[in-house]
Amino acid sequence: MAANENREELSAFSDALAVLGAGLGAVLGLYLTVYSNDPVMKFHGALLGGTSILGALYVLSSLTGKPGEPRDFYHDGPIKFAAIAAVFWGIAGFIVGDIIAWQMAFPWLNFDLPWTSFGRLRPLHTSAVIFAFGGNALLATSFYVVQRTTKARLFGRWSPWFVVVGYNLFIVIAGTGYILGVTQSKEYAEPEWYADLWLTVVWVAYLVVFAGTLMKRKEPHIYVANWFYLAFILTIAMLHIVNNLTLPVSFTGTKSYILFSGVQDAMTQWWYGHNAVGFFLTAGFLGMMYYFIPKRAERPVYSYRLSIVHFWSLIFLYIWAGPHHLHYTALPDWAQTLGATFSIMLWMPSWGGMINGLMTLSGAWDKLRTDPVIRMLVVSVAFYGMSTFEGPLMSLKAVNSLSHYTDWTIGHVHSGALGWVGMVSFGALYCLFPWLWKRRGLYSMRLVEWHFWLSTIGILFYITAMWVSGILQGLMWRAYDELGFLKYSFVETVDAMHIPYIIRAGGGLLFIIGALIMAYNLWRTARGDEPVDAENQPLVAAAPALREKLAAAE
Amino acid sequence: MADKKRIDDVTGVETTGHVWDDDLEELNKPLPKWWLYVLYASIIWAIGYWVLYPAWPGINGYTEGYLGYSQRAAVMEQVAAGKAAQAKYRESIAKAELAEIKSDPDLLNFALAGGKAAFGDNCAPCHGRGAEGFKGYPNLNDDDWIWGGDLAAIEQTIRHGIRSPDADTRVSDMPKFGQDQLLDAAQIGDVAEHVLSLGGNSTDPDAAARGAALFAENCAACHGETGSGMLELGAPNLTDAIWLYGGEKADVVESIKTGRGGVMPPWHTRLDDVTIKQLAVYVHALGGGK
Repeated sequence: MAANENREELSAFSDALAVLGAGLGAVLGLYLTVYSNDPVMKFHGALLGGTSILGALYVLSSLTGKPGEPRDFYHDGPIKFAAIAAVFWGIAGFIVGDIIAWQMAFPWLNFDLPWTSFGRLRPLHTSAVIFAFGGNALLATSFYVVQRTTKARLFGRWSPWFVVVGYNLFIVIAGTGYILGVTQSKEYAEPEWYADLWLTVVWVAYLVVFAGTLMKRKEPHIYVANWFYLAFILTIAMLHIVNNLTLPVSFTGTKSYILFSGVQDAMTQWWYGHNAVGFFLTAGFLGMMYYFIPKRAERPVYSYRLSIVHFWSLIFLYIWAGPHHLHYTALPDWAQTLGATFSIMLWMPSWGGMINGLMTLSGAWDKLRTDPVIRMLVVSVAFYGMSTFEGPLMSLKAVNSLSHYTDWTIGHVHSGALGWVGMVSFGALYCLFPWLWKRRGLYSMRLVEWHFWLSTIGILFYITAMWVSGILQGLMWRAYDELGFLKYSFVETVDAMHIPYIIRAGGGLLFIIGALIMAYNLWRTARGDEPVDAENQPLVAAAPALREKLAAAE
Repeated sequence: MADKKRIDDVTGVETTGHVWDDDLEELNKPLPKWWLYVLYASIIWAIGYWVLYPAWPGINGYTEGYLGYSQRAAVMEQVAAGKAAQAKYRESIAKAELAEIKSDPDLLNFALAGGKAAFGDNCAPCHGRGAEGFKGYPNLNDDDWIWGGDLAAIEQTIRHGIRSPDADTRVSDMPKFGQDQLLDAAQIGDVAEHVLSLGGNSTDPDAAARGAALFAENCAACHGETGSGMLELGAPNLTDAIWLYGGEKADVVESIKTGRGGVMPPWHTRLDDVTIKQLAVYVHALGGGK
């Protein structure tokens, strides 16, 4: 009885804190809306105020619910929210990406309007796919995985909701800011100081929820996926704070100035930028891979020792590799050397994840044929292996002198982004939707097949077009005639890219069509439509609670 | 907690005994040998690289490496070597008259190659990669010159520009006959018709006839009585059906209304003398040089 009372007191306290926090957000937002002279700041203040008021109302309305309503052991509401957001932002980000790909082929598509120009849409694309799509996929899966592998409910009553809603508010503030011309001009860290501060608050809450859940765990050991998720959360916090140290011109205005300048700024930026790749796009998604591949394949992880050694070596080595983005610049030679050598040493630690992912299928390779979701997950690991081989190769100064600033880099990034991050997230979402909404399986396995092939072919078009145009571009830039003059002018190199640009944009279009098919399939799944091909779906496609009954029926 | 170690039936390998979420397990496999050896090899390679090249920072500097490599020194060397290879030609071009460059096959060859490279990076954005021009930007392949097509005239144009801020720029200001209300709309239409008739493209002989008198009064001073233009004044030839701003009637009307007045920047502030000379020779050789 005492425990129960204690718990009620605690939840009342949480409710009060949540309303208080939302109230503070509302006051701050409305203050900015009224007193800022900056129209974008007014708009963003209104967004913060409006979301806070809605949040407060939601918390208050939940208090009038019937007491003692049974609740699920796991807290899945915020996970559903983030999973849906991942699908939404994914498609938005892919579409913006394809628009700018077509703009590269046909510049008139910029429409001569500031809001639709490449310069503003490009950060919108990168942030939407990395932080909005990838970030929500990581939020959803990390909250799902940490609960299941600790057998504990998420820490906090309202904090998980604050994390997912607050994170998506950050996305909206950042994205609308780009379109309206607000940027601090740091690649992948474009949001201005106030959006950065907001994200810091959200991120600390994320760390508290995640670590708090780990501390409540009812399992003696911490599962490998959680090591990767925790490394991702901690390191991103550090990177985000240091790279965004900035001085606002006014506390009610959007503009700020970065504290670093010159080569120090460049080095900080690429220490951040490279480790955003390392800890957001690699460590975070490895966490995803380590849960969903063994779970879906119903096989043990290939090697526990490999997972330990490759985890620690990856974490230790990745953080040094940033300077390889600044070869042949004003960055001192020694820093360039360290960047290149640590990138080479990073090759095997990266591949440890690939080996563990692929070899977990030993004894279950036939599932590649029968389960397109497994195939998606496995192909993502193959793309991961390919781009983590290509990366160290490109970090060598000799290769870099050809590849740097060319489309080869763009192709490399997208074999990682579309192939690894995209496919592993799709695979995870295909697992999650039936599990979260307690369905028998996906609405249609055949549509997953279609998605798989469209996106795989789309990625191949994309990467090969960028290899061709990148290497061509690099060779044209460095071609001299026998008298020592450059053989090609810059416009000629741009002209040579035209056809590869069209092929790349076409590949991107296939990828989008695949993602739209996924959205339809997941929507039908969540809505509860009877699967059209239940007989083709493995038992593991069904929600855990249904599996026993289904197995008995068979 | 009970130890849940078991032998996996498929691989025959023991599991670690950890179980999460009902069925997540791990095999107790050693590190793949090849993986470990390649990791060691990459570490040894890195150490070798550190020994040879600048690598580790200290308080007062950094380890400079056995090879004594410096990126800046290497670039300086390459630039110096490139300059040395071209020095012979560049010195001769700096001293030579444009006509002398033209008549010396070696110098001409060098000037054309250098001119092509400089043209691509500096001139092509407006005049086109093949110097074919665009509306408002003259085609440099034909022999229809506005300010003269001999070597000296071309060099002067490149060096100081047209209607540029440069003190020695070439300037001509065609009056804005429409905007300044020197002629009314009907008169402008008639003059345009007359101008079109000079190249045999008029469709309204009556209007062209009415325009002839207006042309003599307002335009002939610069463009000549027959409309054949005047290089000294930068007044284009209107009889050859080559149009800088388009040869449709609407284009010609617009030209008369606004006077156009395109601008070319002066290049002597951005390019050195030798490059300008090379460009002059290159443009002259494109096909229309006089």
